[in-house]
Amino acid sequence: MNSLSRRRLLTGGIVATAGLAGLAAADSVAKRYGLIPPDHGGFYGCGETLTYGAQRILTRNSLAREFSRGMISKTPFANEVAPPNDQFKGLQAGGFRDWHLQVDGMVANPASFSLAELKSLPQRGQITEVVCEEGWSYIAEWIGTPLREVLNAVGPLPQARFVVYFSMERNTWDSLDMAEAHHPQTLLTMGMNDGDLPVPFGGPLRMRVPRQLGYKNVKYITRLTVTDSMKHFGKGLGSVDPEYGYSWYAGI
Amino acid sequence: MASATNSDSPRHSVVVRVTHWLTVVAFLALLVTGIEIVISHPRFYWGETGNVNTPPLFTLHIPSSRDTVPTGYKVVLPDQNGWSRYLHFEAAWLAVLTGLVYGLYSLWTGHFRKDLLPERNWQAFRRVIGRYLRRAKPDEAEAHSYNAMQRAAYLTVIFVLFPLIVWTGLAMSPAFDAAVPAAVNLLGGRQSARTLHFFVTWALVLFLVVHVAMVVHAGFRSRMRAMITGRAPVNINEEEHV
Repeated sequence: MNSLSRRRLLTGGIVATAGLAGLAAADSVAKRYGLIPPDHGGFYGCGETLTYGAQRILTRNSLAREFSRGMISKTPFANEVAPPNDQFKGLQAGGFRDWHLQVDGMVANPASFSLAELKSLPQRGQITEVVCEEGWSYIAEWIGTPLREVLNAVGPLPQARFVVYFSMERNTWDSLDMAEAHHPQTLLTMGMNDGDLPVPFGGPLRMRVPRQLGYKNVKYITRLTVTDSMKHFGKGLGSVDPEYGYSWYAGI
Repeated sequence: MASATNSDSPRHSVVVRVTHWLTVVAFLALLVTGIEIVISHPRFYWGETGNVNTPPLFTLHIPSSRDTVPTGYKVVLPDQNGWSRYLHFEAAWLAVLTGLVYGLYSLWTGHFRKDLLPERNWQAFRRVIGRYLRRAKPDEAEAHSYNAMQRAAYLTVIFVLFPLIVWTGLAMSPAFDAAVPAAVNLLGGRQSARTLHFFVTWALVLFLVVHVAMVVHAGFRSRMRAMITGRAPVNINEEEHV
């Protein structure tokens, strides 16, 4: 072996070792600061982790754009929903007076809230855009209880990392990391454009996450579960969406 | 006749070759998945908002993968958006990181200045355009360096179209817009960003088509060999006569 190839081998070895050490360090930092999404495995996991990690670092505290009243869309599009089940129809007949949001999991005080009880918590209204992953969008005013007000009421345990939310629609659930769950614009929405939230738009209770795409904004919310791991929910990918091929994080 | 090895001379550096082919992979993945995503809503708008209840700027006359979009076709294509979105953003990372490596390398080594900055006189352009119009083969110098038209085209792709496609793409991200509202506001709104992203894509596709056509015209085998092995024959037209 001549000296040139030995030097190249040595340099290559140092570069490779430094690279591996760098990757290991990046991995532990990413885990420490919650920069790895539940659907980080497989062929697309690398890109998904880069997107989620980068956006979490860049956008942790930033607010979604809010618009003037004049920008509210006159023709919003509700998108398709499955026909309501009998349980929903029964609650609808009663004016949703018996609609309850159950909050459980890693919280100090599990609780159940009626819509009236949710409305007794501090309210927020915001004019933000709903953006579908397909490309279309509309702007509306959304009024409701910030999710963090509900979390403050039940007291998440220190190890809490995700808030899982379930819909009355069959097999429809999703989750948010704590940064998004505590974000001031993440809203348990009950009103739209100065009226009650219409059923096609998710009434009586919809999760509004204006920094993520429409499909994270699950309609007909009945239950929240606070957890430290998504492992035991569905296939452990963070929501039902990755089971159909869609990413858990929808900030892009 | 001289053998291939001793009639070759260095052409493209290893960084240029590796980043070139990585960009090819990323661009094709972005193009295919981008088309799939467009199919789920083949309508385009201008301004901030737009949906099936608002008049479009224009529509593509193709079937959609959503039955909520009025297309005039009875057929609804299968939904491919899940993996398309995953792959689109993964390939976007590959393109951006490759672009960063290429850009830093080219600044560091002077590749931009030496090989891509065109002469600042119109004669150089006129000469090349004249030759294109006569459909003549490239002259010897072009086996070892880019001509004025090539330089202008490559610089346009690197410094105009590539930044524009990344910018208009990021402007469609609701989280990115929360962090950098100017990214979308400067473009005139989310739907304008989407429409511009579509047009910049076609500009890049136009470049790709012309680029490949010129490679074929100049000598497909020698150009491909140069971009794979890094070496070009000293006499550029030699292999064509073999």
